Amino acid sequence: MAAIAGAAETDEIGVLPGHSTLRLHVEGARNALADAGLKLSDIDGIASVSSPGPIQVAHALGIQPRWIDGTGVGGTSFLLHVRHAVAAIQAGHADTILITHGESGRSRVGSARGSMPASSPNAQFEAPYGVFGPPTMFTIPLLRYMKEFGLTPEQLASVAVAQRKWAARNPRAMYRKPITVEDVLDSRMISYPFHLLECCLVTDGGGALIVTSDERAADLRKPPVHILGTGETFESPLISQMADFTTSAAFCRSSRDAFAEARIGVGDVDHVMIYDAFAHVPIYGLEDMGFVGRGEAGPFIAEGHTSPGGSLPVNTNGGGLSYTHTGMYGMFLIQESVRQLRGEAAAQVPGVEVSVALGNGGMFMAAGTLVLGNRKP
Amino acid sequence: MGKPVPAPTPETRPFFDGAAAGELRIQRCADCGEPFFYPRPSCPFCASGAVEWFTASGRATLYSYTISHRPAPGFEQDAPYAIAVVQLAEGPRMMTNIVGIENTPDNLVLDMDLEVTFEQRGDVTIPQFTPAGGH
Ligand SMILES: [Zn+2]
Repeated sequence: MAAIAGAAETDEIGVLPGHSTLRLHVEGARNALADAGLKLSDIDGIASVSSPGPIQVAHALGIQPRWIDGTGVGGTSFLLHVRHAVAAIQAGHADTILITHGESGRSRVGSARGSMPASSPNAQFEAPYGVFGPPTMFTIPLLRYMKEFGLTPEQLASVAVAQRKWAARNPRAMYRKPITVEDVLDSRMISYPFHLLECCLVTDGGGALIVTSDERAADLRKPPVHILGTGETFESPLISQMADFTTSAAFCRSSRDAFAEARIGVGDVDHVMIYDAFAHVPIYGLEDMGFVGRGEAGPFIAEGHTSPGGSLPVNTNGGGLSYTHTGMYGMFLIQESVRQLRGEAAAQVPGVEVSVALGNGGMFMAAGTLVLGNRKP
Repeated sequence: MGKPVPAPTPETRPFFDGAAAGELRIQRCADCGEPFFYPRPSCPFCASGAVEWFTASGRATLYSYTISHRPAPGFEQDAPYAIAVVQLAEGPRMMTNIVGIENTPDNLVLDMDLEVTFEQRGDVTIPQFTPAGGH
């Protein structure tokens, strides 16, 4: 298929009021090129999402690509860009593709505020009821899940606790101080049943990837990270219209396709990244990908299986809850998968050969899944 | 800034006209018979273009919700308030608010019976739900 030959984040992530959105894209791109040992003139394809978009990023960098992708499905867009890049390389539409992300999610420097037209389905049938961004929408399904499967508040809180344990080992993580279940449950209620520490950060930052053929990647500076399988889909642009509030149909479908293409099962996976905009998303992700049975993810996480030393390391950078969340966190999932597969992560897990990244776009709206490996199948 | 007022389109106008008349009107497919929400020009189950409007019973159960402690613009007087998804007796689900009851976890029990009520919002009327048989 193809491989990730370059992967890097911006020099800093976190609170960067002196960085425009465009600068974050450009800085991530330059760092990824340096990581791969490539020049801008080697790039002949570009993918990016929303504002400023692939055209402006390409122009700012001074490249003239022959392949452009602006697929925008929210925070998981970059996982789809990787999938589309593989297809483009296989089709001969491009040889070496740059995928960029930059977002001034916290400082809002040089960024557009998304707004839905008042006539959109979301504005007509959800906004009138007082939704206020992701904390009041992404959160709605969980009470149904809690009733159906008996998930306890303590188990939900344990997701934040587990990820903070990973963040404590990562100097780039925004929050590193260890926390307990009690700390989480004592933190301010944001949107019942979610407390502050069960909601993601809001940060500035960016990153970029370079995807090229397996053959070309083999000659570059860093060991290639092979793209073994990919999937993409969506479920509903309105959270109220999810088919079943206890499972993400999009997580299930995109992951089924990615696992099938990679010809692997959950037992072959050494490391997992799941887009954790809120603490329940890893619970849904573990079940929807089949790592545990329905209703089993809460106890699984609470018992420490996803924590350092556990059988299934999950969100080893600290995740959106403790590491960073620019608003479109998907880029950072892939970055950490690449680091783990290269053996260069801050909280390195020994012997990672297959890593899975599951991305979410919108509020359970869209999904992308990547199966990555450091050996060819 | 007041609460958001929806801007109906020609396809959704019958829903809001129904609300203004005190009725919860939703669509169903004339070919496969499935009711659905939100209003659309095509059946999401069988892709038929033969969609029709009917008046739903207005009965529903509480499917899930969150209680927002940070008010959206216009909702300053309401917080903390629930943003709920209810399951209509006819099957489809819709987002709404639960009115006529203090919005606490103890009061809002999943699967409780609800019935539709209506709120005038600017030039538009929107459906809300309240505990069935409640006062
Ligand atoms: Zn039909």
